[in-house]
Amino acid sequence: MALDTNTVQAKIVAPPLGVGGPGYYATSFDKAIGLAKQYSIWPLPFATSCCGIEFMATMGPHYDLSRFGAERLSFSPRQADLLMVMGTIAKKMGPVLKQVYEQMAEPRWVIAVGACASSGGIFDTYSVLQGIDQIIPVDVYVPGCPPRPEQIIDGFMRIQDLVHNESQRRRNSPEYKALLESYGIR
Amino acid sequence: MSKQDHIKHSADSLEKETITLNIGPTHPATHGVFQNIVEIDGERIVSGDSTIGYIHRAFEKIAEHRPFYQVTPLTDRLNYCSSPINNMGWHMTVEKLLGVQVPKRAQYLRVIIMELARIADHIVCNSVIGVDTGALTGFTYVFQWREKIYEIWEEVCGARLTTNIGRVGGMERDFNEIAFKKLEEFLRDFPKGWKEFENLLVRNRIFMDRTQTVPTTPEFALQYGFTGPNLRATGVDYDVRVMSPYSSYEDFEFNIPVGTKGDTYDRFMVRNQEIWESLKIIRQALDKLPAGPYHADAPQFYLPPKAEVYNNMEALIYHFKIVMGEIDAPKGEVYHSVEGGNGELGFYLISDGGRAAYRLHFRRPCFIYYQAFTEMVKGCLLSDAIVAMSSMNIIAGELDA
Amino acid sequence: MNETIDYKKVTERIAEKFGAKVHSPEEPYGMLTLRTDKDSIIPLLQFLRDDEAMQFIFLTDVCAVHFPDKAEKFEVVYHIHSLMHNLRVRIKVALSGEPKIPTAVNVFKGANWMERETYDFYGVIFEGHPNLKRILNVDEMTIFPMRKEYPLEDNTRIDKDDKMFGRINVNREN
Repeated sequence: MALDTNTVQAKIVAPPLGVGGPGYYATSFDKAIGLAKQYSIWPLPFATSCCGIEFMATMGPHYDLSRFGAERLSFSPRQADLLMVMGTIAKKMGPVLKQVYEQMAEPRWVIAVGACASSGGIFDTYSVLQGIDQIIPVDVYVPGCPPRPEQIIDGFMRIQDLVHNESQRRRNSPEYKALLESYGIR
Repeated sequence: MSKQDHIKHSADSLEKETITLNIGPTHPATHGVFQNIVEIDGERIVSGDSTIGYIHRAFEKIAEHRPFYQVTPLTDRLNYCSSPINNMGWHMTVEKLLGVQVPKRAQYLRVIIMELARIADHIVCNSVIGVDTGALTGFTYVFQWREKIYEIWEEVCGARLTTNIGRVGGMERDFNEIAFKKLEEFLRDFPKGWKEFENLLVRNRIFMDRTQTVPTTPEFALQYGFTGPNLRATGVDYDVRVMSPYSSYEDFEFNIPVGTKGDTYDRFMVRNQEIWESLKIIRQALDKLPAGPYHADAPQFYLPPKAEVYNNMEALIYHFKIVMGEIDAPKGEVYHSVEGGNGELGFYLISDGGRAAYRLHFRRPCFIYYQAFTEMVKGCLLSDAIVAMSSMNIIAGELDA
Repeated sequence: MNETIDYKKVTERIAEKFGAKVHSPEEPYGMLTLRTDKDSIIPLLQFLRDDEAMQFIFLTDVCAVHFPDKAEKFEVVYHIHSLMHNLRVRIKVALSGEPKIPTAVNVFKGANWMERETYDFYGVIFEGHPNLKRILNVDEMTIFPMRKEYPLEDNTRIDKDDKMFGRINVNREN
């Protein structure tokens, strides 16, 4: 049966910038590796509350985050590339989160999903950490209380852009080291 | 490994020494942030200790600083798997304090919403029991039905998870045509889907062997303040919907499923059966849905619809008065409870006549029954304890307030 | 034992046993509310639980309330429930001076965490409690945050001010 080309839409990933001709294609290592990394991110769901339930929906069949190469959730921080912090982080939880971040291997990225993780949200109280960026560096913030699964996916795609375009040497740069230093992370 | 003399080993212990194992607070098996430190002898749990509070957000302190209608979003975040029940429970508490009578139609609409919430809650809990026993398929399969419920809520209030649904005095709007259509579709399709899920697990030998563990007795459950499905699994037919009916639950015919042994399988089956009962209630509520207004005629307390605020003088005045806090609530104290997804969710509200509560205490079912967990799993296998934990349906937001 | 029990009978039976120690019964919003002192609370709970006719076997809730302006600054509130007769009773104990009250763990095991929570929030000391330490907050915390004198907000935050975000007490401007 022939496929109806009008209804079937496949996303064709554009090749990285480079020079091509018959039988060859030349591009830089950075870009080729970035492309590969972009579609094989292993996220670590650090789900504490309501946003974690929306993350369950995101991973579920309806929204299906697996389409973006994030099929394999890594519950061990040592194998994870992306820390997805979903939900309120109380002050009691802060040191735990920091430890999880420290256990992750470079390169590592962080999404703060939801208002609580980004800024404390509606919980401007004595027991809640006012945004996880007080203890670990954050790459992408996803607003919403909780964000819809589409928003979480959008945040994930922003991370993919970062992964794709980031220089392979960024993690060795003095700026990055200074950033970690400012958070007291070795 | 450590040699510990203060721990008594069972007669069949091989090792004669125990290992301290830390589960949580970010362990994937805990489905929430709480920590259990257990002493295991081989694979058997000798003793345990729970630490909670990793997501303490100070709901009760916030509630003392916010007017009543701003507390509703907080209740969303208690048991976020079934937030509408919490919302409605809070509205009913305030209505009880103010003495507002909600019209029949609004009560029926509330019942529909609450029973949908119960189904959504039990879908999550039961499918997660499946995941913890190794059956991921059921989980991914039944989650589509939860999406359908979320779609109905979206039609009714515009939000998926933290719904903030209804208002003090009724609903903020009536159900629209699409909501009714989606409800009918849900009632038509969901039973088939849930039946398939049941076929997968209910009489599955492996599943039954894994889950017919960690039993509880009614005496134990009552001593520790169990409520909801966990209490009913032990055989006690306590259900707030029947004992002290609210929101016209007395109009509906339904059964309270109870278990016999109070083990993980019973907890699973009670929730399963409750889903069927909830479907029955929704069907009856839809069939008997009376016509009439969807909110009480209490302009001092019911926030008027936005369209009226812009076009109607009186609505504007009342809107201003409510939002700026010029209308005080009566003095008094009131306790109201609803049957939440996990059990009796109570609100103890003390009003000193101001805009906000002088004191608001949430009776959170999770918090109260989770203290029995380490006692329950003593002598059980570690793997059974994990399944028992998910069958108790501990929701971290509710646990830690 | 099929005698029907209502609030009137409960009050009578308690008065028979405890006399003036349990006083000022009220029924705000349809729930019997009694007051007693800290020496009688445990015998009272025990009596209500073990009484064959009443059977208040279920402890619904324990919480505290802070009244900074009163002489008796703290009040501990117990909600108990007789599943047999579907009656709920609220018992209040006012505490003056340093808030201390005997624990109810030996009557209802479920009181354990409820009392720990009350201690954590208000610093009410439950004497004889097997494990009275903080439950929700970090152990290092020095204050009892639910007391009225402590602010709600996180005081480390500098990007919010009163003018823009209204960080004031909406209820009682004092």
